[in-house]
Amino acid sequence: MMLRLPSMSWRKSDVRGWSLGVVSLTVFVLAWHLATTYHLNFHIRFVNVPTPGAVFLRAVKAAGDHRFIAHIWMSLERILLGFTLAAAVAVPLGLTMGRFATLRAVVFPVVEVLRPIPAIAWVPMSIMLWPSNEESIIFITFLGSFFPILINTLHGVAAIDPAVVRAARSLGAGEMDLFHQVYLPGSLPHIFTGLTVGMGVAWVSLIAAEMISGQFGIGYFTWEAYALVQYADIVLGMLLIGGLGLLSSAVIRLLGRTVMPWSRPISSRPGCFK
Amino acid sequence: MTAIASIRAPLVRTSHGRIDIDSLSINFGNHQAIADFSLHVEPGEFVCLLGPSGCGKSTVLNGIAGFVTPNSGSILVDDETVTKPGPDRGMVFQQHSLLPWKTVLENVALGPRMRGVSKAEARLVAREYLDLVGLGAWASHYPAALSGGMAQRVGIARALVNHPKILLMDEPFGALDAQTRIIMQENLLKLWGLTGNTVLFVTHDIDEALFLADRVIVISAAPGQVLLDLKNDLPRPRPQDIFAHPSFADYKRECLRLIRQESGKAFDFANGTGI
Repeated sequence: MMLRLPSMSWRKSDVRGWSLGVVSLTVFVLAWHLATTYHLNFHIRFVNVPTPGAVFLRAVKAAGDHRFIAHIWMSLERILLGFTLAAAVAVPLGLTMGRFATLRAVVFPVVEVLRPIPAIAWVPMSIMLWPSNEESIIFITFLGSFFPILINTLHGVAAIDPAVVRAARSLGAGEMDLFHQVYLPGSLPHIFTGLTVGMGVAWVSLIAAEMISGQFGIGYFTWEAYALVQYADIVLGMLLIGGLGLLSSAVIRLLGRTVMPWSRPISSRPGCFK
Repeated sequence: MTAIASIRAPLVRTSHGRIDIDSLSINFGNHQAIADFSLHVEPGEFVCLLGPSGCGKSTVLNGIAGFVTPNSGSILVDDETVTKPGPDRGMVFQQHSLLPWKTVLENVALGPRMRGVSKAEARLVAREYLDLVGLGAWASHYPAALSGGMAQRVGIARALVNHPKILLMDEPFGALDAQTRIIMQENLLKLWGLTGNTVLFVTHDIDEALFLADRVIVISAAPGQVLLDLKNDLPRPRPQDIFAHPSFADYKRECLRLIRQESGKAFDFANGTGI
């Protein structure tokens, strides 16, 4: 039975989703505008909060300011470095731990003790450990994303159907073949869950580290704005952090869809419907 | 389901080996799955292992495949002791166990690729065997798009592409609906006519065993032992109405009697033992 669905066309549910999204954001900005313009004060004080218009004007000005752009680049560089290092260590480690019970038994207790410590609690230790400020910020970003990626990779290996492993072995797969053909692709869905969560935590950790120990970076910019009583800059920094976080999650999702073509919902694949 | 290709495909080869199992015992912890089990299978023979659930028939198969190590006794394939899994003993599982992240063609090409065959050549032979099971048109799909019967056909092609000496089938049609099962059985016999493998087929379905096999081995409740080694002389090629053949009823009666007895032991409620 075959049924072709138009793949790139707009479906009714898509249109509905997008228009509701626009309505939701518009209401949010409008409420913000009203609360700040009329200096709403009911225990929560909007007196010092800048209006959306003021933040927008500040954003336009900042877009042309090379120092502001440098802050953004700095944060992106740190995220990329910390996150990539975390993925490069956590994924192979998780795969090998998932495969070999002895390694898992040795490493897992340490992981379980360190995992609940929030990245921000690592700041003083990190400053002591690393010779430069820059390294300690990247280390904290690394730690934030490391544990979610590791734990999800481990779950990924555990979720692989043992029959598939046996099938590969009976086809002549050696240990390296098993890693390439079975353990890695089989855990990819969980690995990407880990990467998405890890990216979120990486931003949380980075901003915390930049606010406390940093020079430069969007977290430092936001904290400095508070110290210098630049209220519009605070909101600009916050919105930017939100936007960059959203963007990096989207990049990972896109990457996931590209490397896992089999995991696309069946109806969006060419020529099949079950 | 389309018919199996009636002409012999150029890349399909005949390959078969003999199996010698002598006083085999396999334990799982304290549970004795197989005890003092002996079986000799001639090259090219189609043998069905028939027995109640939990009797250890799959354990015998896993032993030959190299997934479990015997506690005592020996398993020889062409006079060589089985030590580990290998493509010379093709395995078809009850659940299809295709790699979900590989296309149908890539799944079939996996065995040749592992043996170091070039990608282009592996795809070529894989294509040949997919055509043989009537699924050439599905080569670029992922397994999730296949029905249960189609997935099992891919599983069979994936095992046969390596020209195995022995084809081990662990209740391969057990999860399929009755109609699909019958079509699969008929097509398996046609395929076997082309490839000539030694086949060891585990089932708990008496009709299936009698329809397919040259020999039906009835196995006792655990620990599994051979209760009956039945030579099935029903004529080949077997027509769909082979069930009406007078010998069929005799064979079935004999198997059924033994299976009833054994299932009775396994489910002995009165004595509070068994499952």
